[in-house]
Amino acid sequence: MLRFFLTRVALVIPTFVGITLLTFAMIRLVPGDPIELLAGERGVTPERHAELRASYGFDKPVLEQYWIYVNNILHGDLGNSIVTRQPVVNEFFTLFPATVELSICAMLFAVFIGLPVGVLAAVRRGSVFDHTVMGAALTGYSMPIFWWGLLLIIFFSGILGWTPVSGRISLLYFFEPVTGFMLIDSLLSGEDGAFTSAVSHLILPTIVLGTIPLAVIARQTRSAMLEVLGEDYVRTARAKGLAPRRVIGVHALRNALIPVITVIGLQVGVLFAGAVLTETIFSWPGIGKWLIDSISRRDYPSVQGGILLIATTVILVNLAVDLVYGLINPRIRYRR
Amino acid sequence: MKRTLIGAGVVMSLALSPMAFAAKTLVYCSEGSPEGFNPSLYTAGTTFDASSKSIYNRLVEFDRGTTNVVPGLAETWSVSDDGLEYTFNLRKGVKFQTTENFTPSRDFNADDVIYSFMRQFDKENPYHNVSGGSYEYFNGMSMPDLLKDVVKVDDYTVKFVLNRPEAPMIANLGMDFASILSAEYADKMLAAGTPENVDLNPVGTGPFQLVSYQKDAVIRYKAHPDYWAGKAQIDNLIFAITQDPSVRYQKLKAGECQIMPYPNPADIEAMKADADVNLLEQEGLNVGYLAYNTKMPPFDNAKVRKALNMAINKQAIIEGVFQGAGKVAKNPIPPTIWSYNEATVDDPYDPEAAKKMLDEAGVSGLKTKIWAMPVQRPYNPNARRMAELIQADWAAVGVEAEIVSYEWGEYLKRSKDEDRDGAVLLGWTGDNGDPDNFLAVLLGCDGVGGSNRAQWCYQPFEDLIQKAKVVSDHAERTKLYEQAQLVFKEQAPWATIAHSVVYMPVRKEVVDYRIDPFGGHIFYGVDLK
Repeated sequence: MLRFFLTRVALVIPTFVGITLLTFAMIRLVPGDPIELLAGERGVTPERHAELRASYGFDKPVLEQYWIYVNNILHGDLGNSIVTRQPVVNEFFTLFPATVELSICAMLFAVFIGLPVGVLAAVRRGSVFDHTVMGAALTGYSMPIFWWGLLLIIFFSGILGWTPVSGRISLLYFFEPVTGFMLIDSLLSGEDGAFTSAVSHLILPTIVLGTIPLAVIARQTRSAMLEVLGEDYVRTARAKGLAPRRVIGVHALRNALIPVITVIGLQVGVLFAGAVLTETIFSWPGIGKWLIDSISRRDYPSVQGGILLIATTVILVNLAVDLVYGLINPRIRYRR
Repeated sequence: MKRTLIGAGVVMSLALSPMAFAAKTLVYCSEGSPEGFNPSLYTAGTTFDASSKSIYNRLVEFDRGTTNVVPGLAETWSVSDDGLEYTFNLRKGVKFQTTENFTPSRDFNADDVIYSFMRQFDKENPYHNVSGGSYEYFNGMSMPDLLKDVVKVDDYTVKFVLNRPEAPMIANLGMDFASILSAEYADKMLAAGTPENVDLNPVGTGPFQLVSYQKDAVIRYKAHPDYWAGKAQIDNLIFAITQDPSVRYQKLKAGECQIMPYPNPADIEAMKADADVNLLEQEGLNVGYLAYNTKMPPFDNAKVRKALNMAINKQAIIEGVFQGAGKVAKNPIPPTIWSYNEATVDDPYDPEAAKKMLDEAGVSGLKTKIWAMPVQRPYNPNARRMAELIQADWAAVGVEAEIVSYEWGEYLKRSKDEDRDGAVLLGWTGDNGDPDNFLAVLLGCDGVGGSNRAQWCYQPFEDLIQKAKVVSDHAERTKLYEQAQLVFKEQAPWATIAHSVVYMPVRKEVVDYRIDPFGGHIFYGVDLK
């Protein structure tokens, strides 16, 4: 098990090097000069342009810039944003809890609905329920997030008035963030109704962000269950006279979960990608929106730092999934 | 579960209604996060709304809703006969805001003015390099060349000494970068070793003071209780940062905010019909244009440029691109700016005459390029569509145009090239309401290779605008600029396309919100019913 763990962890290092190289190169390959973008129509004189380039270190050879960047990362410094002049790390971690909170809720939504629905669809294979659910899953998977979000806002907030349009909590509540997680902070604030307000603000973004993972998890669970339900040991369990609920819930589902967990791990990356759009629609102050702004303004340090930190999160989650996978499936950790 | 959800929704809807706020709270659905809170360090309008417009004052101000300069922190001022010295008599009894970080021990005085300008001007100033130390507006307005010194005469008198006469100087001092910060606060923060606090936790003399800021989410202000012009009618001001225009409109409809900027053009009709919304509109202080490269043949010939201008159906552009929310431009400055020449006769739309003029100029089978901006701007909501319409108009007179576009930063950079191929669609929004801010920046000889995209340096025009820069008599300046507009029209370095209309949806309960011609958003003077 230790060897398995160490191998997985060792694999993370080249991945990190690759990510720093890729983000550094890609943002520079995209056309667009951050200084020109900052100056807009007004423009800057060539002398001032050169001065500003030098002040950001862009006048140095690219390889030297990369070396400085990597060296700074190793010292825990991701640089300062070109736009706000604030440390990238501070900006990232101010916004990150909002994205994490939304992603966790979206994932819970996807798992708690996707798993049972997938299991039921497999058990009632070919039924109206199966067809409906799988059809809906396909629709959910193909739905453009932006359109889906606006549709929900117009219907639930605009027409029915059940949910707030956007934001994390009603503007009535004002307290300094403690953890950055609004659900926790609203409870800590002790203000009446703050928690309910935070929950009501989470409903629509959770549904929108959770839709694609939900569809994927439901479909994956169904196909994994179908495969497992045909196995000998399930037939044996049934033949032994075990209750169907126990056969499905314990014998079948536990084995079917292995590929599903991998998919859930991979969905974390999908969630971050989806968060970019979801956060924009719901004015959710998370890193997705921040990153898009940084890219459009060619804020090199923010883009590099932001992507590196997001990639780290995705890698760590997948590493955790790999380890869990190893735990529940012994065959994997002994494979050479 | 469903019932609980409905219950929560109803509770929320009630809680969100403006009635629920005990104190008068105005919520503005702003379009983005400010870059920071010191307006001298940044250039974005979003930043100015959140900082200079609410927290700070300047020596002179623009009268709300107009481009007229009125006294601000300076009560009166005088200009020396040679136009090189501007003396300001400062207002007494002006209080700075008291915040968590700082309690002022004195009123505003000359030291604050000296600090605010010397920080930007003097590279040796201990604050010059704080927070990145880049003062692009100060530089952009040529202040480093223009200023010789800023001198404290006494506690309530400051003198600006210039290297050359500059008539727009007063208007320049009303701009956001010229906001006045507290020198006492700066000294205190410097002594504490935290100078950047001055930019992060602002202290100004303005109508609102910052309470808290959560990036990308919300900015909270409260009324400055001792504001020198009288406490604001609203007690709290909140910026609910909402990037998407359609979502902003949904929030406005739901009463989650009372004012929103930059509506989606597609929502305008619905807003007009909305009983809860007043749709304010005003001509913007902007111009959208097509700049020829007057250095490259055959565009170095004014007749060719004039002919191409006559081939463009501008009315069709107003309808097709601006959806009616614009006005055909005949001058390079918008009608809301003083000295706008009503007498200018625009080039008529006459393809036949245009064809003839091209023949006379010996131009046939002309192939060129039209540069279409990749972004939406106030002066041009859809450059691609505009370029297509012009392309079709030119095709009708035998000119074949190819439409090109680049990423925005690249576009701005490449369009400056003096040997650029083709005509560039671009525009400008005024900074200070002075004609010089349009004519000298966009068409002056100094701007060639830079902000003068037509690369046009025409001496008779240059003489007029240079003279107008140094003359302090307003009537004489007006005459010079009127003449300059006629010379411009005759020489046609641009096709002047349009001035757009700015829309501002506000809820019915909002009283006396006025659209700022400079495109800013000002909440002092606004009340709620």
